[in-house]
Amino acid sequence: MKIGEIKELLSAEVLCGEDQLECQVYSACSSDMMSDVLAFVKDQAVLLTGLVNPQVIRTAEMMDMKCVVFVRKKVPGEDIVELARDSGIVLMRSDLRMFEACGILYSAGLKGHEKGGN
Amino acid sequence: MGENIRFHFDVDGDDFSSAGAASVEVKKQLRKLGFSPDVIRRVAIAMYEGEINMVIHADGGTVDVEVGDEDITMILSDRGPGIADVEKAMQEGFSTARDNIRSLGFGAGMGLPNMKKYTDDMKIETALGLGTTVIMKVNV
Ligand SMILES: Nc1ncnc2c1ncn2[C@@H]1O[C@H](COP(=O)(O)OP(=O)(O)O)[C@@H](O)[C@H]1O
Ligand SMILES: [Mg+2]
Repeated sequence: MKIGEIKELLSAEVLCGEDQLECQVYSACSSDMMSDVLAFVKDQAVLLTGLVNPQVIRTAEMMDMKCVVFVRKKVPGEDIVELARDSGIVLMRSDLRMFEACGILYSAGLKGHEKGGN
Repeated sequence: MGENIRFHFDVDGDDFSSAGAASVEVKKQLRKLGFSPDVIRRVAIAMYEGEINMVIHADGGTVDVEVGDEDITMILSDRGPGIADVEKAMQEGFSTARDNIRSLGFGAGMGLPNMKKYTDDMKIETALGLGTTVIMKVNV
């Protein structure tokens, strides 16, 4: 799915990386615990989280992720947006709650893992 | 066989929001040096967890990275409280972090296990009241 479709499906506002909305992603993960993301994530390109701090962006950067979505009406500060911009990560925010946001993306074909891996 | 490349960073113990900045920088440098994405990712994650630990448990410290022909070595040193029981600290889920740390997305007790998992060699030297040094190697 294109990152732009995630924006549409979640009625999200794009905070940076508008130029990468055509980029394709195949899998996503969601967590508010960054250590868990660092431990268990394999090649998921999208992170949905309700946690808002600079470590979210650094964690995504460590995992070579392409897109971070802040759910639950969270509004990140400019420092966080700046960090994402520097890392070339598409940043979005949505008013949806985590469960709904994940459900919508999953139903639309985004998977929890890349091509039948684990 | 050229000179090994070295990086040194001071990690500020008072500033959680800048924790991890050194790891991001190392990741950028390793990319420039042309290492494989797998090696870069493993180094970056291990160092990042180590950096976070120095900030949340030990009031900051230093990181030295040495890029050799056969491996990349990371040495993380702090003068924090030390680790009372290393074997216990290595267990998944063991954490002495308080809830305010968990609300920041860390403190799940996965840091040291992650560091072990992503590196080829890891040693912890620690003394109560004196500090901790973690030495990790990733083969290239
Ligand atoms: N640099 C350090 N200085 C002192 N204690 C540490 C340090 N690193 C880890 N620890 C101890 O080991 C425990 C486990 O570490 P870790 O696996 O990273 O989990 P977490 O950081 O989530 O608590 C910590 O809760 C802490 O008690
Ligand atoms: Mg830790």
